[in-house]
Amino acid sequence: MAKLDSKVPAGPVAEKWSKHKSEIKVVSPANKRKLDVIIIGTGLGGASAAASLGELGYNVKVFCISDSPRRAHSIAAQGGINAAKNYQNDNDSVYRLFYDTIKGGDYRAREANVYRLAEVSNLIIDQCVAQGVPFAREYGGLLDNRSFGGAQVSRTFYARGQTGQQLLLGAYAALNRQIAKGSVKSFPRHEILDIVIVDGKARGVIARNLVTGEIERHGAHAVVMATGGYGNVFFLSTNAMNSNGSVAWQAYKKGAFFANPCFTQIHPTCIPVHGTQQSKLTLMSESLRNDGRIWVPKKKEDVEALRAHTKKPSQIAEEDRDYYLERRYPAFGNLVPRDVASRAAKERCDAGFGVNETGLAVFLDFKTAIERLGKDVIKARYGNLFQMYEKITDTDPYKEPMMIYPAVHYTMGGIWVDYNLMTTIPGLYAIGEANFSDHGANRLGASALMQGLADGYFVLPYTIGDYLSHEIQSPKVDTNTPEFEAAEKAVKERIEKLFSIKGNQSVDDIHKKLGHVMWDMVGMARTKESLEKAIVEIQKIRKEFWADVRVPGKNDEFNQEIEKALRLADFLELGELMARDALGRNESCGGHFREEYQTPEGEAQRDDENYAYVAVWEYNGADAEPTLHKEELKFEAIKVAQRNYKD
Amino acid sequence: MNLTLKIWRQKDAKSQGKFEEYKVQNISPDSSFLEMLDILNNDLIMSGKEPIAFDHDCREGICGMCSLHINGHAHGPDSEITTCQLHMRKFKDGDTITIEPWRSAAFPVIKDLVVDRSAYDKILQAGGFISVNTGGVPDANAIPIPKADADESMDAAACIGCGACAATCKNGSAMLFVAARVSSLAKLPQGKVEGARRAKAMVAKMDELGFGNCTNTGACEAECPKAIPSRTSPASTASSSTLSSRTKSRTLTQTTEPRFLGSVVYIDN
Repeated sequence: MAKLDSKVPAGPVAEKWSKHKSEIKVVSPANKRKLDVIIIGTGLGGASAAASLGELGYNVKVFCISDSPRRAHSIAAQGGINAAKNYQNDNDSVYRLFYDTIKGGDYRAREANVYRLAEVSNLIIDQCVAQGVPFAREYGGLLDNRSFGGAQVSRTFYARGQTGQQLLLGAYAALNRQIAKGSVKSFPRHEILDIVIVDGKARGVIARNLVTGEIERHGAHAVVMATGGYGNVFFLSTNAMNSNGSVAWQAYKKGAFFANPCFTQIHPTCIPVHGTQQSKLTLMSESLRNDGRIWVPKKKEDVEALRAHTKKPSQIAEEDRDYYLERRYPAFGNLVPRDVASRAAKERCDAGFGVNETGLAVFLDFKTAIERLGKDVIKARYGNLFQMYEKITDTDPYKEPMMIYPAVHYTMGGIWVDYNLMTTIPGLYAIGEANFSDHGANRLGASALMQGLADGYFVLPYTIGDYLSHEIQSPKVDTNTPEFEAAEKAVKERIEKLFSIKGNQSVDDIHKKLGHVMWDMVGMARTKESLEKAIVEIQKIRKEFWADVRVPGKNDEFNQEIEKALRLADFLELGELMARDALGRNESCGGHFREEYQTPEGEAQRDDENYAYVAVWEYNGADAEPTLHKEELKFEAIKVAQRNYKD
Repeated sequence: MNLTLKIWRQKDAKSQGKFEEYKVQNISPDSSFLEMLDILNNDLIMSGKEPIAFDHDCREGICGMCSLHINGHAHGPDSEITTCQLHMRKFKDGDTITIEPWRSAAFPVIKDLVVDRSAYDKILQAGGFISVNTGGVPDANAIPIPKADADESMDAAACIGCGACAATCKNGSAMLFVAARVSSLAKLPQGKVEGARRAKAMVAKMDELGFGNCTNTGACEAECPKAIPSRTSPASTASSSTLSSRTKSRTLTQTTEPRFLGSVVYIDN
């Protein structure tokens, strides 16, 4: 059994990163030219890492499943990116950002990693401005900020409602510059289907060219997974349709440990589900909670009138509205963290106060803000979001409040990494949402962009050098070896098997079934019973899939159904591990809410005595149960406390 | 809703394509256009036929992956949205809808409705960046930038690189796409340094890749899902100084015949 070594440096938390950087090795320019690195994914993490490593002089190959690196799902992040600049003079600091992130994550993140994240956050803003990212500015020409959930300061930088897009275009531009220089080679429309291990080290990948179906081998001295999260296991989520967990899952099956798979973020402000034909859910940015107030009616008769369309929300009197977040959490009000806001919405809807026909919606209302600031100010702040809402729902949010409901958005869990962002497979790294380390059991808004860019620009380029400094004698990786051959053969067999089933259900049909089980039993509220049942159900659906799926066409062509089938095959295994992980964690923390473990007020009840650890799973083969390892979480710079957003 | 669809089918880049007709039934007006195609595809798969290939990803109008020509319009009949944001309530029960891929020499068809837009990446690789390495940059607030400039830069930076502009242009010009990137960077002090070099390199690459020239029809702006403003577009771009001051003076003398921004940029320097 491998032992987990987080490799967190000794010393005070504020000095760990500086000390570590001064102690790790570097690679000379002449040797960098001889070293190959593969990066999988071109979101904020992957694009920034590929550009930075290319600038340093490594030979980089970067892969993405889209037709261009610019389309990675980081592009869809709306609200902003956090940094501890303290430009607003509101007493922000690296420590406060660190503290808020640990607390927001309900004390289930690794302290040293989070401190480093807060520490490099300021560099990110400098870097992005230098790249020409058009952040919002004040009239004096300096950068503007706003607030996000879980913080009492304004530390969020933004570019209208398209911050992720602008940051990604910055990283993509830096990447393009390296592609033009020849230091990075880009492989769009390529999907990585396996990681190749040689003598215990990651030495390459097996890729499928999505245009021709050709199976390719690529070798390198190190491999970086920047593949995002696995929220699409729920079928309906705010993730892009092609986002998937397959590289992480294949890495897990090759020996990379999977950490906290059950930690899923349910985002409180998404457009409610409209019906059974729905394919994905659309997020309405958390930034809207700066000015929007969340409520449901106090009276059941108003709820019924709304559902029957005999009353408009604007006709409900102020005193008949229950601004339940402001009521329950006076200190943070509408800006409580996402997990808290989501559960509170569910609580009201479960109590029968949901405001649409399905009973699964609450209001996000801008009436007060429009009265206070005027429509033009609100339009300048959120215009594109209001337009998006109107196009999807046919309702004008300047006149009537938005309807929102929680939806799956982000996965805090992911591949386990040490302080250097290396997985349990030497030479295999995981960055951004693909790893587990920084957000604990709940991520704060505007922190995903921060982590992706922190890892890609300022952490990985240093730590990977330490590993590669030991590889300078290694020749170029030969892909004509038994290891590559075996990996390629296994991939081809998996594909052939899927085509050969010729069953009676489409990939989507089965994915929807999995999604229902995941949402109902492994979703916002979980119980021992629901999770045990989920494991049985998922196993059943998995069997069904391998016996009855229909994948049309053939491999050697552009074939979107085989792409989806390969991804679903992995989700059907990953979903079970999520349920298993949730079942083993007999406490509630952050986004993991076990109904059995709550305070009398309905808040998540942690059990620090027994569960202050990262649950780290090791794969033991298809039919064997995985082994649970525990990384104990020790907090030296922060006092562990029950989260309190009330006062 | 019940609808008839005429959809372009093409096996691969080398094959001849043709329209085929399909019927879909019981579509909710609240469904998105792509959800309607999902339903058709599921029906096709279940009846042993091959589903229709189309690009899509985020389904919220920002990734730029979706790309359909619907009833003769890039991204369909509604304005300022991408195909994925188009909802079926914009159509009537019983309608016949024609669906084609982007039509542009520089975007060859890969399969059915999927095209190869790598030419746009190549244009940006030619110069669509500010040449800074990671690290060693000044504090973010070291250079104040007038809010109006930052806002204008952001207006142009909203481009999602979907290709609707080139696909709509009768000349197959990518000028709106190029101008958006050039303007976005040129509006900022950080981007001014390389302004002229960037514009020239990108325009040269655009010409090399087989995009046509701009004749100021304005069709690109009309179909742009992000409403990239007219001042960043074609020849008017240069005359409104967004390329560079050197280009500007030259362009202003050329405005009697503002035919090809490409050549305008070359003449100078």
